Amino acid sequence: MNTTSTHFVPPRRFEIYETTLNQVSMWEESFKNNGGIFTPNSIIIPTDAKLDSLSEDTSHGTPHKFDQEASTSRHPDKTQRRLAQNREAARKSRLRKKAYVQQLETSRLKLIHLEQELDRARQQGFYEGNRVDTNALGFSDKMSSGIVAFEMEYGHWVEEQNRQISELRTVLQGQVSDVELRLLVDNAMKHYFQLFRMKSAAAKIDVFYIMSGMWKTSAERFFMWIGGFRPSELLKVIDKLVFHPWLVLLPHFDPLMDQQVLDVCNLRQSCQQAEDAVSQGMEKLQHTLADSVAAGNLGEGSYIPQITCAMERLEALVSFVNQADHLRHETLQQMHRILTTRQAARGLLALGEYFQRLRALSSSWATRQREPT
Amino acid sequence: MDKVMRLSSEKGVVIFSKSSCCLSYAVQVLFLDLGVSPKIHEIDKDPECREMEKALMRLGCSKPVPAVFIGGKLVGSTNEVMSMHLSSSLVPLVKPYIC
Repeated sequence: MNTTSTHFVPPRRFEIYETTLNQVSMWEESFKNNGGIFTPNSIIIPTDAKLDSLSEDTSHGTPHKFDQEASTSRHPDKTQRRLAQNREAARKSRLRKKAYVQQLETSRLKLIHLEQELDRARQQGFYEGNRVDTNALGFSDKMSSGIVAFEMEYGHWVEEQNRQISELRTVLQGQVSDVELRLLVDNAMKHYFQLFRMKSAAAKIDVFYIMSGMWKTSAERFFMWIGGFRPSELLKVIDKLVFHPWLVLLPHFDPLMDQQVLDVCNLRQSCQQAEDAVSQGMEKLQHTLADSVAAGNLGEGSYIPQITCAMERLEALVSFVNQADHLRHETLQQMHRILTTRQAARGLLALGEYFQRLRALSSSWATRQREPT
Repeated sequence: MDKVMRLSSEKGVVIFSKSSCCLSYAVQVLFLDLGVSPKIHEIDKDPECREMEKALMRLGCSKPVPAVFIGGKLVGSTNEVMSMHLSSSLVPLVKPYIC
């Protein structure tokens, strides 16, 4: 939605005395059509058209007077009356214009204010839209402001992520010292760790929000596992570094040594085992939570003890989100340990681009669905 | 404390947990996956639960459960067990206890 510009087209000089009566009816119509109030739509559409046709009396210079004098000589009374009428009409027109402009200004300010509110609401929108269970009492301001803050921080995080990926890509295509590369790799690692810290804080505020993945794009959400990407997913992405012969064609290619290949295999296995164990723990949590909610007699309408018990169980969900992030953290750390700086750089680039592609898939899909069939 | 120390040496791998603790269950599943069957002590079913909790905290656990002991020595909680496993240092530690 574009805001209207406050730059009014300067009134063009032209004679009004014959068109003044038309103008008056135009103003009247405009007021009537909008029910006496100015809606945002009416601000945008008629502005240029209306203002173009307005002009101040003072903008008329000599040519006008000349014409006045010409007609006065022939029919003085008629002319005088007509001129008086015109002056009156012009005055009324000016007053109406003033009122209209004032209304425009007010509406414009209102529009800006509404847009700001809409932006804010949109940011919270994913969060609020998901909360079918909220009522005025249940929805705490602290929660929503904490989550809105997280969403904004995450937006910045993604921007920085994209910047880092571009830099890695550029740097790996040319000559780069190991020292510089190590710095980039360390920054990339720290960046992921920062995300885990952000998520931990947000999970304390609203663990359901983190679990819902509403802060991620739709494709990323599809692949989610306990509030984020699967640690084993990370290793699948660096698989290509390990097992694809075409990589020999890349500049500065350093293949993985046998020990490294062994280490990666071991990491992949232990990662999968850890993931499975935590997944089974999550399943148990779901079962015990469902049991708590369903405990006692269903249908009698009183269930405060069940809710209290379920709330206690829910606290465990925060631990699970933290544990899942811990697995992500450790998997990244181990990958960093096993690989050389250059290999790690390529691995991080691959991982980063994988997520970029998922985000691109999400927007492509969303756009596709909006096309009319 | 004595009870904790005694129980922790009962078997190669001992896990102190609570019946409601699902992370303890996750740790248990992991050991089973490695071929080890750990001894589980659900301290919430023990009359001396509070004392045991305090004892475990005093030993250095940030949370009382899950507390994992291997060969009678405290290894840590879920975080430590997972870190060790991902760095391939857990399997050598439990090797003697694999059935």
